[in-house]
Amino acid sequence: MSVVSRRMLLTAGLAAAGTSVVAAAATVGRRFGLVPPDAAGWFGPGETLTYAAHRLVGRHAMAREFPREMISAKPFANSTRRRDEAFLAHQATGFTTWRLAVDGLIERPLLLSLDELRALAVSRQITEVSCEEGWSYIAEWIGTPLGAVLDAAVVKPEARYVVYQSHDEDAWDSVDIDEARHAQTILAWGMNGGELPVPFGGPLRMRVPRQLGYKSTKFVNRLVVVDSLADWGTGKGSADAEGGYSWYAGI
Amino acid sequence: MRRRHSGVVRVTHWLTTLAFFALLVSGIEVLLSHPRFYWGETGNVGETPLFSLPVPSSRSTVPTGYGYVLPDQNGWSRYLHFQSAWLLGLTGVAYFVSGLRTGHFRRNLVPGSADLRWSAVRRTFAEHVRVPAASARDPLSYNLLQRLAYVVVIFVLVPCVIWTGLAMSPGFAAIWPATVTLLGGKQSARTLHFAVSVALVLFLFVHLAMLVLAGFPARVRAMITGDAEVRA
Repeated sequence: MSVVSRRMLLTAGLAAAGTSVVAAAATVGRRFGLVPPDAAGWFGPGETLTYAAHRLVGRHAMAREFPREMISAKPFANSTRRRDEAFLAHQATGFTTWRLAVDGLIERPLLLSLDELRALAVSRQITEVSCEEGWSYIAEWIGTPLGAVLDAAVVKPEARYVVYQSHDEDAWDSVDIDEARHAQTILAWGMNGGELPVPFGGPLRMRVPRQLGYKSTKFVNRLVVVDSLADWGTGKGSADAEGGYSWYAGI
Repeated sequence: MRRRHSGVVRVTHWLTTLAFFALLVSGIEVLLSHPRFYWGETGNVGETPLFSLPVPSSRSTVPTGYGYVLPDQNGWSRYLHFQSAWLLGLTGVAYFVSGLRTGHFRRNLVPGSADLRWSAVRRTFAEHVRVPAASARDPLSYNLLQRLAYVVVIFVLVPCVIWTGLAMSPGFAAIWPATVTLLGGKQSARTLHFAVSVALVLFLFVHLAMLVLAGFPARVRAMITGDAEVRA
């Protein structure tokens, strides 16, 4: 057999093997939740590698927590959209009118006031907010674990993602069910010992400390448990992903 | 004609080139959203920076002194940065495995003990500074300075740029916290990532300058075809 034909044979064999490996990996990946919703397109391979690697190695890894003396003296609130009339009306009542709606693939739809949310469970963490731009700060976050809310609503077995919506309708996002049930994923209503200030997302914001700051959506007012993100927007899983930012922000 | 570069070296060289430029362009784009650097764990516009770059920013929240804000390019830049990082990492793994198996590091990169004698070091250095093109006399081997430069880039700078990059990832830092605590915090990691990147860009300039002095077409051809012309 000549060298050229052996090389061609080898190349063809490797290409065929490579294609079937990729196809098999895609099937297995979808089965075990290793493919992010924004995996289509040019940057799908990199996104999928990162998401799959983090889920395979660190599904239960804990975000770093810090001693109290490391809490930033000057946390940075970043800019938020101008609050509308409806928000100001909630604010005027001290947010006693604020409600968190929970629906989707659950047995018991909920409509929780902040007091009812606090009564479910309380969790505290001193974690870092890391913005994709590069800056960061450390704060104490006090809130109710998202998992406790999901338990109260009794999630159906086919649930795969939790979509969260904000009073700012342009700011919806979602996490997979593992991230949603992670002990450090909380609905925060307190910060540094006090109530959560409005510039930091008060009265209620999501905190996902294993991911970049933009996953920690401010002014959360609705959770929807779903088995697929295909029907949400263009199916990429979040407003940020629609705007060209990656859905999985653990990098 | 004699073989100068093996197939693995040539393929990984050009894949690394591709990844490097993608990382450089996207890295600069991401940097423009916050061209300030800090030391320690945290840092933001409310804190005094270690140093700032005198460039405009793509965010209105950053006080740059410029009266305008650049367009936000972080979406595709971040996607491209991490995809290219995977390309660099996987290419690096293939290169290291092959380099260990074939003896490429020992034969071509690690300086020989004779080259490390002080008289030899001085001679090589003097020759290299006086006539950088002198290395072209032996197109089949690297002299001491070349070997040291490549060893530092391959075994120190590239691993450091990957490490400092991973240390900034909240997901990776959760999996392996020592990545960031050993560096003194996330903002230290970011500042070091920038410093190592600058060092790599400086290496690129020297690398390209030497290439031009030694004969750009011949050297690039050697890295594509693997062959070097040797005059008897």
